[in-house]
Amino acid sequence: MTGEGTVAQPLLLGVRHHGPGSARAVRRALSAFRPQIVLVEGPPEADAVVALAGDERMRAPVAILACPVGQRVQRGSAAFWPFAEFSPEWQAIRWALANDVAVRFIDLPAAVRLAMDAGMLPETEAASEAGGTDPVAALAAAAGYDDPERWWEDVVEHRRSPPAERGSEEAAFVPFAVIAEAMEAVRASGATQRDQERREASMRRAIRAAAREYEKIAVVCGAWHVPALTAPMPSASADTAILRGLPRIKVTVSWVPWTHVRMASGSGYGAGVSSPGWYHHLFTAPDQPVARWLVRAAGVLRREGIDVSSDHVIEATRLAEALATVRGRPLAGLTEVTDAAGAVLCGGDELRLALINRRLVVGERFGRVPETETGLPLLRDVSAAQRRLRLPPNPLPREIDLDLRREIDLERSRLLRRLLLLGVEWGRSIPTRRGRGTFRESWRLGWRPEFSVDLIAASAYGASLIDAATARVSELAHQAATLKDVTGLVEQCLLADLGETLPGLVTALGERVALDCDVAHLMEALPALTRTLRYGDVRGTDLDALQGVAAGMVTRVCVGLPGALHGLDEPAAAAMRDRIDAVHASIGLLRAGTGNERPGAAEMAEMWHEALASLATEDWLPALLSGRLNRLLLDAGIVEVRETAGRMALTLTVGVPPQRAAAWIEGFLSGDGLLLVHDERLLHLVDEWLTGIPPAAFIEVLPLLRRTFSGYSGPERRMIGERAAGLRAGGDSAERSDDQFDAERGAAVLRTVAGILGWDERVTGQVARQLGGGASREVSNG
Amino acid sequence: MIDLNAVPGVPGLVEGEQDVQRRHAEDEFSGELAALAACDEEQRPPGWRLSPSAVVTYLLGGTAADGTPITPKYVGQRRLMEIAVATLATDRALLLLGVPGTAKTWLSEHLAAAVSGDSTLLVQGTAGTPEEAIRYGWNYARLLAEGPSRAALVASPVLRAMSGGQIARVEELTRISSDVQDTLITILSEKTLPVPELCGEIPARKGFNLIATANDRDRGVNELSSALRRRFNTVVLPVPASVDEEVDIVTRRVAALGRTLELPELTTSFEEIRRVVTVFRELRSGLTTDGKAKLKSPSGTLSTAEAISVVTGGMALATHFGDGRLRPADIAAGIIGAIVKDPASDRVVWQEYLEAVLREREGWRDFYRAAREATAVLGTPSGRSSR
Repeated sequence: MTGEGTVAQPLLLGVRHHGPGSARAVRRALSAFRPQIVLVEGPPEADAVVALAGDERMRAPVAILACPVGQRVQRGSAAFWPFAEFSPEWQAIRWALANDVAVRFIDLPAAVRLAMDAGMLPETEAASEAGGTDPVAALAAAAGYDDPERWWEDVVEHRRSPPAERGSEEAAFVPFAVIAEAMEAVRASGATQRDQERREASMRRAIRAAAREYEKIAVVCGAWHVPALTAPMPSASADTAILRGLPRIKVTVSWVPWTHVRMASGSGYGAGVSSPGWYHHLFTAPDQPVARWLVRAAGVLRREGIDVSSDHVIEATRLAEALATVRGRPLAGLTEVTDAAGAVLCGGDELRLALINRRLVVGERFGRVPETETGLPLLRDVSAAQRRLRLPPNPLPREIDLDLRREIDLERSRLLRRLLLLGVEWGRSIPTRRGRGTFRESWRLGWRPEFSVDLIAASAYGASLIDAATARVSELAHQAATLKDVTGLVEQCLLADLGETLPGLVTALGERVALDCDVAHLMEALPALTRTLRYGDVRGTDLDALQGVAAGMVTRVCVGLPGALHGLDEPAAAAMRDRIDAVHASIGLLRAGTGNERPGAAEMAEMWHEALASLATEDWLPALLSGRLNRLLLDAGIVEVRETAGRMALTLTVGVPPQRAAAWIEGFLSGDGLLLVHDERLLHLVDEWLTGIPPAAFIEVLPLLRRTFSGYSGPERRMIGERAAGLRAGGDSAERSDDQFDAERGAAVLRTVAGILGWDERVTGQVARQLGGGASREVSNG
Repeated sequence: MIDLNAVPGVPGLVEGEQDVQRRHAEDEFSGELAALAACDEEQRPPGWRLSPSAVVTYLLGGTAADGTPITPKYVGQRRLMEIAVATLATDRALLLLGVPGTAKTWLSEHLAAAVSGDSTLLVQGTAGTPEEAIRYGWNYARLLAEGPSRAALVASPVLRAMSGGQIARVEELTRISSDVQDTLITILSEKTLPVPELCGEIPARKGFNLIATANDRDRGVNELSSALRRRFNTVVLPVPASVDEEVDIVTRRVAALGRTLELPELTTSFEEIRRVVTVFRELRSGLTTDGKAKLKSPSGTLSTAEAISVVTGGMALATHFGDGRLRPADIAAGIIGAIVKDPASDRVVWQEYLEAVLREREGWRDFYRAAREATAVLGTPSGRSSR
C-alpha cells in the first residue's frame, strides 16, 4: 500500500477517556487544525444517529446504546458507550457537528463486539483499556506518583496553557505529541492483547478509508491506541486478515440519557470516573475553578441550613491553594478542595463532607435525549403500562392499597414486582394497613428520574417489560447460590406473573434439590415453595410441575430427617425446631381450607406425620425436639392425649435428669400455653414433676422453664397459675374456676357474640343460663 | 505602638536546661530542625523557620537533604499534617480536635517548634483561665508607682507570640469560659491587640499564628461561639487506624519516654505492648479483633496516650521490682487502672471482658492469670479505696 504514504498523516489526539483536560485540549486542537473529518473511537453503527448529538435539546451525560435486534437477549448482549459533557469524544463530536465537519466512529463494530460477548467467539474480551496493565499508571509511577489519576490531572487535566502560548497553533498540539511519545514507551514494554489488535486494525482501516476521501483528518481515541495508529501503519491486507471471519449480529443503535451516578460506578456500564461532578465543574468553569467549586460547596451546605459565610469560602480557597503548594501540585485538585472544605466549611464534620461528596463530587446530573421515550421499546412498554393502569410515575411518595381480586390492581402489583426484579425500586411493599388476606397488598410509590436510566440499562435484558423481567429472573436463577434463593425467586416470579420462566426455574430448582444433600437447606426452602403453591391457587396459575418438586422435597426431608437430628447441640436443636415448625406449618398450609386442598397434599402430610411419629419416642433425640415432635403430633391428632400424657410422664420421672426434662417441656409447651389450661392431666404431670425436683437441680432448670413460660401471654400465664393453684389446693379445679366466673361480664360478651351471629334476645338468654351452670371450659372451647 | 522588648521577663524562671525532666521539642530535636533548616531550599512563609514541606517532613519523618535522619513525630495520615501546616501558612488559626490522647498537644508542640522554633508560648485552658492569660496583665507595683506605661504591662504568651511573630498555643480551648474565649476573636481577625489604657495597640508581626486544641468529648462544655469558630480551620485527629499503627506509636513513645526516665532498654516488650494495644482497641471499639464478639465499652476513652503510660509504668515496675523483663503482671495492674475509672460499672465491663474473651484466648494464659490476680486485689468496689 505505497499509495498511503503520500497522504498527509492524520492528526492523532490521544486522550484519557472522560478527562476534562483532554476535552479542553481536543477542542483547542480541533479549532487550530480545522480538519475535514473527525474520527472518534466508538461503534461505527452510531454514524447513523450521530447527527442527533448536535440537537440543542440533547444534554450530556448520554450514552450510545447498541442492542441486538430480533432475538431473545441475555445479559451482556447490549453495550453502552457513555459520554459526559467533559468527555473528549463528546466534545469532538459536538465541535464537528457545530462546524459542519463529518464525524465517523472507528472502533470495532458493535455488531462484532456483541457477537463476541454472546460467546460466538471462544476468546474472552479483556475489559480494561490496556488489557491488564494500565498505561497511565505506568507513566505515573515513572513520574513518581503513587496515584495515576493525580498524575494525569497534574500533567494534562489541570494544564491551562499560559496566555502567551494560547494564540499559537502549534501549542495546541504539544500535549498530544508528548502523550503519544510516552505511550509509545509504555506500549513497547507490554504485549498487546488480541482484542486490542482487532480494535486497532479496525481503527486503521477506518483511517485509510477516510484518507481516500479527505485530506485533513483528526482522530480522537484513547491515548493507548495512538502508537498503533501512527505512521508507518501495518499494511491494509494485514489488518484485513486480523478482521476476517469475525462473527456479527444485527444491532440497533440509539442515544439514551445517562447519569453522573452511573458514570461514577466502576461496574456494569459505568465509566469508573469517581468524581464526574468535579470533572464537569473543571470543564465548564470559565475561570477560578477552585473558588467556584467552594462557592458551590458552600451553597450545598447552606441549602441544608448550615451557616457558611463568604469568609469561610475565602479561607477555604486559601487553604486549598496553600495545600497545593505544600504538596507541590500546580493547581489545587479534588483532594485539596475536599480537604479544605472539610477543615474550613464543615469544621471537620464527616457527615457534611459526605453531603458535598454526594451532591457535588459525584453530582446528581441527568442527561436528556430528545425522543428517547418513543425510541426505546422497554421504556415505551413501561410508560404504556403506567398509563393503562393509571399509575403515573410521580416523584412524590405516596401509598396505595391494592385488592388483588380486582383486575387492575392485580396488574398494578405485577407491574411493580416486575420492575423490582429489574432493580427499579419504584414501589416498595409495605405491611397492609387494611385487613388481612392474601388478596391485599400495600405499596409505597416514589418515582425517581434515574429510574428511566435504570430501565434503559435494563434494555439489555429485553424489549418489553415481561421479556426483560423474564430474562433477569433466568439470570438470577443461574447465579443463585442456595436452594432458598431459587425458591424465593419462584415466589417472586409467580407474584410478578412471569409464568414463562417457571419451567426453567423448576428445572433449576429440581437440580438444586437433587444436588443439595443438606436436609436443613431443603427444610428452609420449603416454606417459600408452599406459599407459592398457595398463591398460585389464589391467582390461578398452573403449578403442577412445582407441586412435583415440592412433593420431592417433602419426601427427601422425611427420609433425611432422622439423620439431620443426630448429634445436635442446644443452639442447633433450637434452630432445627424452628425449621421443623416451619415445615409443619407449610404442609398444613397446603391442606388448609376444605375444597382448596392441593392434590397430593394429603400424601405429603401423611408422610411427614409418619416421619415425626417414628422419631418422637427415640431416646437419642435432643429433648427439645422430642418434646416438640410430640406436641406437633398431638396437635395433628396423630397421637392421642392419653398416649401423650404417658410419654410425658415417662420423661418427667426421676430417672431423667431435670435438665433434659425441662428441655422436653420447653419443646412441648413453647408457643402456646392454652394446652396446659385445658388439659388437666398434662398440667398435673408438669406440676408433680416441678414440685418433685430437688432444690439444687431446680436452680439449674429454672432458666429453661422461665424461657418456656415467659413466651406465653400474660392472661395465659395467669390462667395456668390459677389452674395450678387449684391443683395444689387439692379441690376440684373446675369448681373453683366457676366461682371466678363473672356472669355479668360474660353476658356482655355473649350479647356481642349473639349480635354477630344474628341470634335474638331469647336464644341468647337461654344460652347464658345454660352456660352459667356449665363449665367455663365450654365457653372457651365453643 | 508599644515596644514589647522593653517588657522585662519574669524574674526567677530557670533558664538552664540541665536536669529538666522533659525537654521542649525544639531542644530535644534541635539537631533535626537545624539540619532541615540548613538544606531547606523552598520558600518559607514570612517569620517561619522552615518551609511548609520541611515542616511536614519534620512531623512525619524521613531524611533531610544532607542525610540526617528525621524521626517521625506523628504516625498517621499525611493528609492531616498537610492540612495543618497549610492552615498555619495561610495565617488562619488551627483547631485540633480529637478524643483525649490522640496527640493533639503533642502535635501542636511540634508544629510550634518547627514553625517558630519555640513551643513555650502556651496558655493552658481551664475553667479559671482569666482574660489576662490571653491578653495582658499589669505589674501592679509599677502601675501604682508610674501609672499605665509600657513597662508596667505584663504580656501573656499570646501577646509575646504576636510581638515576636511566633506560634502561640492554647490548650483545651473549650474549657475556657466563653467570654474569655472571645477575646481571641480580635486577635485572630484583626491580628492586633488594642491596649486602651495606653491609647494604642500591639500589632502581630508576620509569622504569628495560634494553635488551639480541644476535646471531642468535652464538646458543649464551652462550645466555641460561631464567630470564633469561623476563625479556625479544624483538623480532627483520629484514633489510630490499625493495631499495627497503634503498636508502632506506643513502641516509639515508650522508647523515647524510657530514655528520659533512664530506664534500661527492655527487649521482649513488643509482645506485651501489642497486648495492651489489643485490649485497649477491643474495649474502645466494643468489638473483638476477630469481629466475633461484642463487648461493652468502659467509661474512659482508652486513648493511645494511656496505652503508652501503661507500658512505661509497667517498664518502671519491671526495672525496679522485677527481673528487668516486662512481664504480664507488670502491665496488668496498669491496664486495670486505665480501664476501671468508674469503680462500679467499669469493673463489670472489665471482668466480663476478662472472663469471656481473654480466658479463652490462645497465648494469653499468663496475662489472664496476672490480670485476675490484679483484679482480685481491687476487691469489692467499696474496698477499693482502702487499697
